[in-house]
Amino acid sequence: MIELKDLSQGFRNPELMQSLSQRIHQLSAQLSESVKIMEVCGGHTHTIMKYGLNQLLPRNIEFIHGPGCPVCIMPKERIDHAIELAMLPEVILVTLGDMIRVPGSKGTLAQCRAKGGDVRPVYDPLDALEIAKQNPDRKVVFFAIGFETTTPMTAVLLELAEKQNVANLYFHINHVLVPPAVDAVMADGAAKVTAFIGPSHVSAITGSDIYQPIVDCYHTPVVVSGFEPVDVMQSILMIVEQKVQGIAKLEVQYTRVVTAKGNQAAQQKVASMFTLRPHFRWRGLGDIPLSSLVLSEQYRHRDAEIVFADALSDQAIEDHKACQCADILRGLAKPNQCRVFGRGCTPTKPMGSCMVSSEGACNAYYRYAGLAFDLDLTKEATTGKASINRAKTEKEITA
Amino acid sequence: MCLCIPSQIVEIHPEDSTVTVDTLGVRRRISTHLIEDPLNMGDYLLIHVGFAISKINEQEALKSLEEYRLLLAEMDEEEARALFI
Ligand code: SF4
Repeated sequence: MIELKDLSQGFRNPELMQSLSQRIHQLSAQLSESVKIMEVCGGHTHTIMKYGLNQLLPRNIEFIHGPGCPVCIMPKERIDHAIELAMLPEVILVTLGDMIRVPGSKGTLAQCRAKGGDVRPVYDPLDALEIAKQNPDRKVVFFAIGFETTTPMTAVLLELAEKQNVANLYFHINHVLVPPAVDAVMADGAAKVTAFIGPSHVSAITGSDIYQPIVDCYHTPVVVSGFEPVDVMQSILMIVEQKVQGIAKLEVQYTRVVTAKGNQAAQQKVASMFTLRPHFRWRGLGDIPLSSLVLSEQYRHRDAEIVFADALSDQAIEDHKACQCADILRGLAKPNQCRVFGRGCTPTKPMGSCMVSSEGACNAYYRYAGLAFDLDLTKEATTGKASINRAKTEKEITA
Repeated sequence: MCLCIPSQIVEIHPEDSTVTVDTLGVRRRISTHLIEDPLNMGDYLLIHVGFAISKINEQEALKSLEEYRLLLAEMDEEEARALFI
């Protein structure tokens, strides 16, 4: 048995990877049924694709990519809201990273900016406070996205705006929760997930205990894993060990950061400023009750959905017919099964947010599929089954 | 992408609850509003979008850093930059 302390020898140490892989092969030979492991977090999807981890595993272990990318699960109507807000002359819209390239039904925030909308992408939510202070005659809306990891940052931004009397800062809240999404995937049942790799940074904030109900309800192992290849391989081994023993429990592989109870200061801030939103429509998963947050009563004066209600449309908008993101986010399809993958849809000309986001599954397949192609010893190559086509570079496609 | 490179505190600014951290030679100022434990010079933090989200024990941090240093040496500039976002 490989000890956790051995991990420190190297996150990507080839010998260690090899021995983890061997151990997984040996153990999984004892299993009568295959194990379908959903990685909830997009960071894990990238590790798996980038290092070709799926190729180090036996055929009875399969990865299913889950709904854990905050940009990917945003339905178009929410992006439309952002665009509608940004087009108001008095508004400056501030948001994090990739969001500005995600298409809504009215184009992207980047296109909206080209048309004169004041959209400012930031890497640090607190920049929104500075922008609000520097523009006292404008209304600054922070378009807040993300899972449990980023919600506390929005809470700090709100707290500082209140303390410093920065009255012109508003919030459009799209903070979503991991457990209800995982529950929705399991309750639906179609993806036939039999184990989970739990997210890293979400769990640093929430603590690992939040997954216990999933373990209890569906008798599925959950192992909270770090992002490094060795972390993920070790987590898979922990899952396979549970399967061999016929048990299902919650375990933490990523003990260097994650505790059972998490960052309580962060949790308290979130609890004091947010409440559960009755309904939120997830891209791909549809409406999930109590799966997202909204500002609590005392901060409604800063809630952009209330303050700017007249300017906001109120209609659910479906994705492009050719885009299979919905199936990908529900664990029913792989990106390379989408008809337009790598052809009509590429990172520079994306049709769906799974291709836009640096944490999206389509983006990961596109960027790293070359790796699968290069390694001829893949199980796919030898069985001829479900081969991962190497995505052409955009140059090759347009040439 | 949310990688986990330990960042070391090199300056503390109590006036606005921020610290300056060094992440493999890159310095930046980040918020410590989410950390309740007292912070000292030389402590290691895990950073996510400009915020410290947890402290990392020194021994673990040093092991991780050595790995990341090796990694960085293999990467091109764009990949390396992406690590710090
Ligand atoms: S490849 Fe593009 S169109 Fe197809 S599912 Fe992914 S994002 Fe949607």
